[in-house]
Amino acid sequence: MACIEARGLRKAFGTTVAVDGIDLCVEQGRILGLIGPNGAGKTTALNAILGLTSYQGELRVLGRDPWTEREKLMRDACFIADVAVLPRWMRVWQAFDYFAGVHPRFDRAKAEGFLAKTTIGRTSKVRELSKGMVAQLHLALVMAIDAKLLVLDEPTLGLDILYRKQFYDSLLNDYFDRSRTIVVTTHQVEEIQDVLTDVMFINRGRIVFDCSMEEFESRFLEVMVHPEQIAAARALKPIHERQVFGRSILLFDRVERNQLAGLGEVRTPNIADLFVAVLSNQSGTAQGRAR
Amino acid sequence: MSTPANTAPGSPLESRVTAPAVITASRRWYWSVRRELWEHRSIYIAPLAAAAVFLLAFLIALTLSPTHRREPLDMPYEFAAALIMGTAFIVGIFYSLDALYGERRDRSILFWKSLPVSDLTTVLSKFAIPLIVLPLLSFAITVVTQFVMMLLSSAVLLGSGRSVGTLGARMSFFHMSLMLLYHILTVHGLWYAPIYGWLLLVSAWAPRAPFLWAFLPPFVIWGVEKIAFRTSHFLGMLQYRLAGPEPSTTPARSGNLMEMMSALTPAQFFSTPGLWTGLAVAAIFLAAAVRLRRYREPI
Repeated sequence: MACIEARGLRKAFGTTVAVDGIDLCVEQGRILGLIGPNGAGKTTALNAILGLTSYQGELRVLGRDPWTEREKLMRDACFIADVAVLPRWMRVWQAFDYFAGVHPRFDRAKAEGFLAKTTIGRTSKVRELSKGMVAQLHLALVMAIDAKLLVLDEPTLGLDILYRKQFYDSLLNDYFDRSRTIVVTTHQVEEIQDVLTDVMFINRGRIVFDCSMEEFESRFLEVMVHPEQIAAARALKPIHERQVFGRSILLFDRVERNQLAGLGEVRTPNIADLFVAVLSNQSGTAQGRAR
Repeated sequence: MSTPANTAPGSPLESRVTAPAVITASRRWYWSVRRELWEHRSIYIAPLAAAAVFLLAFLIALTLSPTHRREPLDMPYEFAAALIMGTAFIVGIFYSLDALYGERRDRSILFWKSLPVSDLTTVLSKFAIPLIVLPLLSFAITVVTQFVMMLLSSAVLLGSGRSVGTLGARMSFFHMSLMLLYHILTVHGLWYAPIYGWLLLVSAWAPRAPFLWAFLPPFVIWGVEKIAFRTSHFLGMLQYRLAGPEPSTTPARSGNLMEMMSALTPAQFFSTPGLWTGLAVAAIFLAAAVRLRRYREPI
């Protein structure tokens, strides 16, 4: 059974279509990065997956309909919407007490263990904590839940680079195993490139690109082309071209590495660069196919 | 929770075998009510403060003119009850208006919804605050306050060499507490249920200014009815709801709400149709609030 399965998922707010017919299949044990510009429909899609908003089309999450079975779904799924939603009046011990009181899969000892690695006191109020500490606390709470699906919507928004790094490190080292599934959206794409197993670009409510990271690494190559080779390089039909310090960097899809080696320095591109390429080619033919 | 969950990270499938603790709906409800008390500390601070202020004033009055307090059970006792319960009533109104609005305003609704607690449990836990927690709390505070008042006045009377009549006072004190409990459970717990239901509904729905949305529509309905039909049935209905069911047997309005209520026997009270229509309306309001909470998103 796939962890998340959507067919023709659609959501409109009045005349604005936020999600415009998404087909999606996320298998268990994947870490999917959902990348898209602001207003692309990422959060709406995630909200539908979590049962926070109604939708049209077919959607099953862990075999359930999230809209009608949110309560049951949340026993096996959890999410961090963004750093701001922990109630500001709450004290750390109150959060632990409440989670232990209502969540069947919450392991209090585990949460205390995660918290002990931070400088957060048990009697601190959320309003007294810095943004980074709130994220740490939320992560400690969520990681202590033995969930099958974790959804992170901009979990590191507004955090400094140390906290961001730490956040993903502990997520990978202390939480993730092959039986869990993680879906994450973020704008700091480069930071999670090594974390992901799959990547998906979403723009104007549609999935415009979707592939696994293995496929990504074998398919896409970026070449910093020597100026004299530029015509030859362009003949190989790069999907994107940009200028950095006067040098042309060309991005290729499904072109053999040895074909490119003579043109300049060849390397694996950043997801961010591919994202820019795919989005600026929206009307072109070189964009990735939906799976 | 359990030890198998702490097995080495290399054996994820084993940890998954751990049977999750069973958490009943009533336990989730209980913790949700506790959560409300953590968040809204005014629920117990306000009645306690009212009691403290009252006791202070009472003490001043006693020391200034002990001779005026001949009767051990006089107006001050009822006044104390009215003050504390009135405070609790006001807290209940403001609490209910904020209960489902505040969580949308500060976006914490997303956090609460990330937990396996249904909208029904949440709304019922918020409904329990004005309906059960506040009345019982204000009852306990009132009884303690009245008891302290009795001790204080006895001490003053003893000091001035008058007989106290402790037995009689204690008897009527017990009787008074019983009447108060009855009043609190019937009026605040059952009769006012549709009022709190309405406030929770507005709080779940209002895009902003829930206070205005709660009180403006009744006002408008009253005005329209008055101008269009020259009647005021709606106002009468509201007054009836606020004042409580009047006993048909007692001829005179003594002016004191609690006395009027106490005159109503349980049989009379529970056969008042207004009680049951009120409870039905409250149930409708609550059902609507539960449904709205599912649809509403952070403001």
